Amino acid sequence: MDNMTLIAIASIVTAGLTIALGSIGPALGEGRAVATALSLLALQPDAATTITRTLFVGLAMIESIAIYCFVVSMILIFANPFWNYVIALNAGK
Amino acid sequence: MRLSSDEMIFWQYGFLKLNGTIIFTWGLMFVMAVGSKLITRNLSTELKRSRWQNLLEIVVTGIEKQIEDVGLRHPKKYIGFLGTLFLFVAIASLCTIIPGYEPPTGSLSTTAALALCVFVAVPFFGVEEQGLGGYLKSYAEPTIIMLPFNIISELSRTLALAVRLFGNMMSGTMILAILLTITPFIFPIAMSALGLLTGMVQAYIFSILAAVYIAAATRGRKSTPEPSQEIKV
Repeated sequence: MDNMTLIAIASIVTAGLTIALGSIGPALGEGRAVATALSLLALQPDAATTITRTLFVGLAMIESIAIYCFVVSMILIFANPFWNYVIALNAGK
Repeated sequence: MRLSSDEMIFWQYGFLKLNGTIIFTWGLMFVMAVGSKLITRNLSTELKRSRWQNLLEIVVTGIEKQIEDVGLRHPKKYIGFLGTLFLFVAIASLCTIIPGYEPPTGSLSTTAALALCVFVAVPFFGVEEQGLGGYLKSYAEPTIIMLPFNIISELSRTLALAVRLFGNMMSGTMILAILLTITPFIFPIAMSALGLLTGMVQAYIFSILAAVYIAAATRGRKSTPEPSQEIKV
């Protein structure tokens, strides 16, 4: 297997695995956060605005982990430096 | 497949490039500045006012209330910076309705610039409120061992702000582009609406996080800003 095939296989497999495994954690975390927020809203409806705002801020922080994984996987597919290098190498040959 | 609007180049001279990001950013700035100048030409304090003035007043008082809720005591000092952050990101993502437009926040350059503005603004407001010695001393709270961790947290917060906004905006446009090649009729419209929603939420998140960081810097790290004083039993 030459360099090009190896880099292509590694990039594709890693990109798929990154986004697959990287979405599990944030999804579970967000589920727990929203569940707790809902039960607290039922207990103390006066604090609704505070709870909602803090919930959104917390969800954004959890979501950013999934976004990091997505960005890495996009880079592997569309802006892969190793792939570009090996393509340039083979094109020059 | 275009990853961001940086790669839409309109004009090039040597290494100076006029790419889509610059053009859309300046277009947005122009629209916002000229629009608000036109609206605030004849402000009226009576009950009868133009609907555009009403709209701007709703927006401004809404942002001021949010800033106050976060724990910043004089919202008028910070509303220029925080309001601009919110309005720029919100209008940048709202204009995706216009065909041929790509949000400039979908490029890492723009979001890194906005995050750097927050990175500079936090010590600026902190020193203005607490003095240079007081602000620098807050890095050693609660013990001096936490000094490297506090510095690292400052840098990683800035990075997280930039990448979060960039990732959300870029993923919206990219998913839309991919869907257009697969099912080009109804489904991309639903995804576009979802992109609008996430754009608004991300604008809110960006400005609220900036407000929370500034509140932490101006109040000092000993006391966390508790917005729970609203709860009156």
